Amino acid sequence: MDAVYGSGPMPVWLTDAELRTLSAACSRLIPDDETPGATGAGVPEYIDGLLGAFEFDPPRIWAGGPFSGRHGGTAGFSTFHRLAPIDELAWRIRIEGSAGRPEREFNGAVVGWQERYRLGLARLGEDFCDVDGEVQDDRLRRHEEFAALLYGHCCEGMYGAPEYGGNRLEVGWRSIGFSGDVQPRGWSDGEVAGP
Amino acid sequence: MTADVVVIGSGPGGATAADVLTAAGRSVVIIEKGRNHLIDITDPDRLLGDFSNDELKFVHRHFLGPDPVTEPRTFRVGPEDGEHSLVGEVNSIPSTVGGGGVHADGKVPRFRQEDFALLSTYGPVEGADVADWPVSYDDLEPYYSAAERSIGVAGDAGANPHAAWRSGPYPMAPGAPMYGATRSARAAEALGLHPYPAPTAANSVPYDGRPACNNCGFCSFFGCPVHAKGDPVAMLQRALRSGRAELWPETFAARIRTDGRRATGVEVVQRDGARLTIGARAVVVAAGAVETPRLLLLSGFDHPLIGRHLMVHFQTITLGVMPERLHTERGRAVTHVHDDAVVVDGEARQAARQAGLPWLRGGMVEHGGPSLPVMEAKLYPWGRRHKQLMRSSPMRDHLWALIMQGEDLAQPTNTVDLDPTVRDARGFPVARLTYRPHRHELAASAHHRARLVAVLGAMGATFTAVVTSPSTAAEAAASNGGLSTAPASRHVMGTTRMGTDPATSVVDEVGRLHDIPNVVVADSSVFVTSAGYGPTLTLVALAARAAAALA
Repeated sequence: MDAVYGSGPMPVWLTDAELRTLSAACSRLIPDDETPGATGAGVPEYIDGLLGAFEFDPPRIWAGGPFSGRHGGTAGFSTFHRLAPIDELAWRIRIEGSAGRPEREFNGAVVGWQERYRLGLARLGEDFCDVDGEVQDDRLRRHEEFAALLYGHCCEGMYGAPEYGGNRLEVGWRSIGFSGDVQPRGWSDGEVAGP
Repeated sequence: MTADVVVIGSGPGGATAADVLTAAGRSVVIIEKGRNHLIDITDPDRLLGDFSNDELKFVHRHFLGPDPVTEPRTFRVGPEDGEHSLVGEVNSIPSTVGGGGVHADGKVPRFRQEDFALLSTYGPVEGADVADWPVSYDDLEPYYSAAERSIGVAGDAGANPHAAWRSGPYPMAPGAPMYGATRSARAAEALGLHPYPAPTAANSVPYDGRPACNNCGFCSFFGCPVHAKGDPVAMLQRALRSGRAELWPETFAARIRTDGRRATGVEVVQRDGARLTIGARAVVVAAGAVETPRLLLLSGFDHPLIGRHLMVHFQTITLGVMPERLHTERGRAVTHVHDDAVVVDGEARQAARQAGLPWLRGGMVEHGGPSLPVMEAKLYPWGRRHKQLMRSSPMRDHLWALIMQGEDLAQPTNTVDLDPTVRDARGFPVARLTYRPHRHELAASAHHRARLVAVLGAMGATFTAVVTSPSTAAEAAASNGGLSTAPASRHVMGTTRMGTDPATSVVDEVGRLHDIPNVVVADSSVFVTSAGYGPTLTLVALAARAAAALA
């Protein structure tokens, strides 16, 4: 197993063709303008890393703490937390679905994100990367439920901590003037109280 | 395995009970179903480094638990919804060592004298079970003072003209005011209101071996990376340092065992699924006002009022978009509050009469702003406008909020019980909440919101809006699937009501179950009224009093 996202084969869970379709869809949901959009920020890799979280040890679910090293202290975010058995069960159900296993079906069958992405990307069409933007938008609107799942993950990959694979070089935070994590530096009383 | 006392839950209530009991020489096992990300159990002077300024981890990925996949709850407004209308996350308070104290932004106000004597002060309200508490503010004041010293509370004793009397100052002066709060406090004062620095359980100076808060801004929803928040880590540290407490994380209380008259121990499920019974001379239940009645019901306890009188603050959220940036990501999330809407004045009496009520009360109003960009991003539509909106930030960096935590009257029909079909990953029935606000809450919200909107207008808002949680019926009909009918507040109270009469209450004045007196409830389940204030300091004070009586 790889310890670090990007050090092994890419993509981690998606196929190359799926990653291309995903990148095209992300570019419609959060497009480039004067700053990079979702694809430039690494959001497709964020999503691939989420769907393949259990390809890593520890799984890429919770980044460590207490500091990232961006504002002092040592870089703890890049070492992910180990999961307790009940945490692993929750995240395997969420990502992989219940997959017919009795221990995952205590409240019935669950369709996981992997299956929703595989189906959702297929439904956008094999030619999705080649059609006009307006046609792409129209297909995303017609697959509203998948687009909602994808958009939520786009927002996370765009504005979440870079250690999860998105927000590359903090481009999401920089584009909105957000400082991100600030420990252990914090803010001075004057920076808090003043305009 | 036996102990003098098994304490179920490591949040503010359980930690306080463990602190008091160990100080009195009792041996205690604290069991906690969540994980330990807080404290080195073998060296309690060393606090862990697991908390971080990480929105994905804390807000979107359930780091503090409970995960709604493995530990869901269910909700319905009433029996007309069938078994339930929602399965998933309902009023979740963290399931982790430290409980609700970990994620709270640490607002720890006291209640007022009349909150403990609501019936005798204002009288009954049709459809609600308004009652007096068996304890008074004067009984509780020494425990409030001790709780403020124990946790470490920063505040200004003279700043709130509506405050109840107090025997001494706060242990620390208030921390830095947020820029937006300085603006909204000035606007509120100009309109005759009385904002003051919120009593906050975050150090403004080094206190009890922990550092001062450095204003990082990741406060609500987050564990503190530098441990400047004292609730409940201070109590857990003292309990563990005594050498008389054990802390068992990832241990689920499945059942309190009894011999019919007294509890004999607690059956637990451990991390690996193994079952074990811990023998005890007494059991303290401090699992929160949802999980506590769930455990009592799972244990087969049959007092008919267990789970009844569920109260959840009715939140009126007034929002104003301001012309300038407020840098809402700096500071302690909420640094100012005002209590004027708690006071029953002539206008409130008139509004009550018009609504056909004898009286109405609102609640504490928090001055704050949203600070998290992923949460903001999900509010905007996708496409070309997304980044324009994120840059102009009407829903974060330009947004200011005045949030009233409205008093919720106790109703016997608002309940926590066991869901008939939904199970957690361990196979146990989950808690089901059945909740509908009384018309008092709706009338109080309608009355007080105009003045809050006026404050935002006086700040210079270019746009204002009002939403409530739970949503009122008209709003809920327009929203998706009725989900917003479930209240979002984490201030959950009242499900094992305290009183002197076993016919109208579940526990006595020191938290003992009337039926099984060596089982003591030490959390907000025992509240008789909800007041308009966050419950933490009051539940800590009550837990200390209950534990002292037990010790």
